[in-house]
Amino acid sequence: MSLLSVENLVVRHGLLQAVRGVSFTVQRGETLALVGANGAGKTTLLRAIAGAHQPAAGRVLLNGADLTSVPSHKRVGMGIALVPEGRKLFVQMTVEENLLLGKTAGRAGDWSVSKVLEMFPNLKPRRHAKTGHLSGGEQQATAIGRALMSNPDVLLLDEVSLGLSPLIVDRVYAALQGLIASGTTIVLVEQDLNRALSVSDRVICMLEGRVALEGPSNAVSRDDVTKAYFGLHRKSPGSVPA
Amino acid sequence: MSNQIIQGILLGGYYALIACGLSFMFSVMRIINLAHGSLAVFAAFALWWLASRFHVSPFVGLLIVLPLMAAIGWALQRFLLERSARGGALLPILTTFGLAIVIDNMLFEQFGADTRSLAPYIGSLSYDSWEWPGSIYVGKLAVIMFATAVILLGGLQLFLTRTRLGRSIRATSEDPDTAGLVGVDARRANAIAAAIAMVTVGLAGAFLGMRATFDPYAGAPQLLFAFEAAVIGGAGSLWGTLVGGIVLALAQTLGAQVHPQGFLIGGHAVFLVVLFVRLSTSGLGLRGLLRLPSRSAS
Repeated sequence: MSLLSVENLVVRHGLLQAVRGVSFTVQRGETLALVGANGAGKTTLLRAIAGAHQPAAGRVLLNGADLTSVPSHKRVGMGIALVPEGRKLFVQMTVEENLLLGKTAGRAGDWSVSKVLEMFPNLKPRRHAKTGHLSGGEQQATAIGRALMSNPDVLLLDEVSLGLSPLIVDRVYAALQGLIASGTTIVLVEQDLNRALSVSDRVICMLEGRVALEGPSNAVSRDDVTKAYFGLHRKSPGSVPA
Repeated sequence: MSNQIIQGILLGGYYALIACGLSFMFSVMRIINLAHGSLAVFAAFALWWLASRFHVSPFVGLLIVLPLMAAIGWALQRFLLERSARGGALLPILTTFGLAIVIDNMLFEQFGADTRSLAPYIGSLSYDSWEWPGSIYVGKLAVIMFATAVILLGGLQLFLTRTRLGRSIRATSEDPDTAGLVGVDARRANAIAAAIAMVTVGLAGAFLGMRATFDPYAGAPQLLFAFEAAVIGGAGSLWGTLVGGIVLALAQTLGAQVHPQGFLIGGHAVFLVVLFVRLSTSGLGLRGLLRLPSRSAS
């Protein structure tokens, strides 16, 4: 059984249909990259999986359990954690307080404040600083740490490299490689195609709310993805490009 | 003069108590509760009813009234304020305004227009005092009120910073949508915050009844004092509320020394000066005045 299943998901923002019947599965320990141009529906899809958007149709299943009507705070308790685009930290609170908030769902697991600080040593001296005073990289590390504190089965990462310098992105991705190596299941939304392909097992390219291309990252060429990215190469969901 | 300053500081404790719930509710739920004063008077009437009908000391009566106020706060948030908040920022203000009218008239219907007081039910505490050097008399009740305010504000501060529930309430106040994404039930956090706010209103109502008289329409002036203290101290700041209460009370006490009508005028004048300075220096209009924290994280 797949760990995460998305079945014919449709999400609307008012009259705009942002996600149009998207289906895919994620196996335990797998890293899936969602790529696509701005407005392709990646963030909306990720937020719908996390429960921040209520879908108009379709289902989200985790370990076979239907989460579609489950509110976002309960989904965290069931094993889904989102690192939102723009970090969305609680800026009036310290790094430690933000991390401890991740524990609210009360899921058992290995992640603790000290383990997050080991993973991101640059946060150690900033532990008691308000997150509004942190650099972009430190904020991103805190956001990832906060999500990990809930000991998720599936970690959803939305644009973790957005607004960060290349050096900081390298550090964030080095930490992600560690997570991937430890068997964490990840769904990654990323604009940087090279990075997305290099860390993921499978890639889905979205275009105008639909899956334009899907396949194993090592079997998909950058050229295929680029064509799908700009709508020059449409494939039905589940197909591997030639 | 030192006597007036001490009396003013102690009176500030009462204003901090009554402003605490207003400030707390605003900072967490972004709701300006115009029924705040009426709810405090409701609590005072509940204590008076217990005392006059069943001879229950107001201090013992708090064991019944404070849980009742917590339940009222929880129900108000769940069934009234949460729904009205979906209609925009103005609707909860109108809702609480309507609620204040309902409470005032319900109390009038039930208890009539007579003024009441809890002072007869607390023995000599309402007028007992300690004599300090320099012929300064410090009322025991005033000291109890001030100590209660400090303990309450300190307790709330510890609760908000050191407990999981407190952090959840702060996260909800900053960004309820993101709070949900980290596992916080924002509806529950808001309902608990409303319950806590109403407990502080219940305490303020008890001290209102012990230190003065009240009638069914006494809520409006209490709301005004609470609002002034909260704005002077910076709505949403717990210790700022204490400072705001003390500043308001000092202005009133010193104003009364200048002119018999100066008690209220002194308080209003300081409130307006602080309001003007805040608006002039913040450059952010009402947002700066109320010291609203940013909802944006990035």
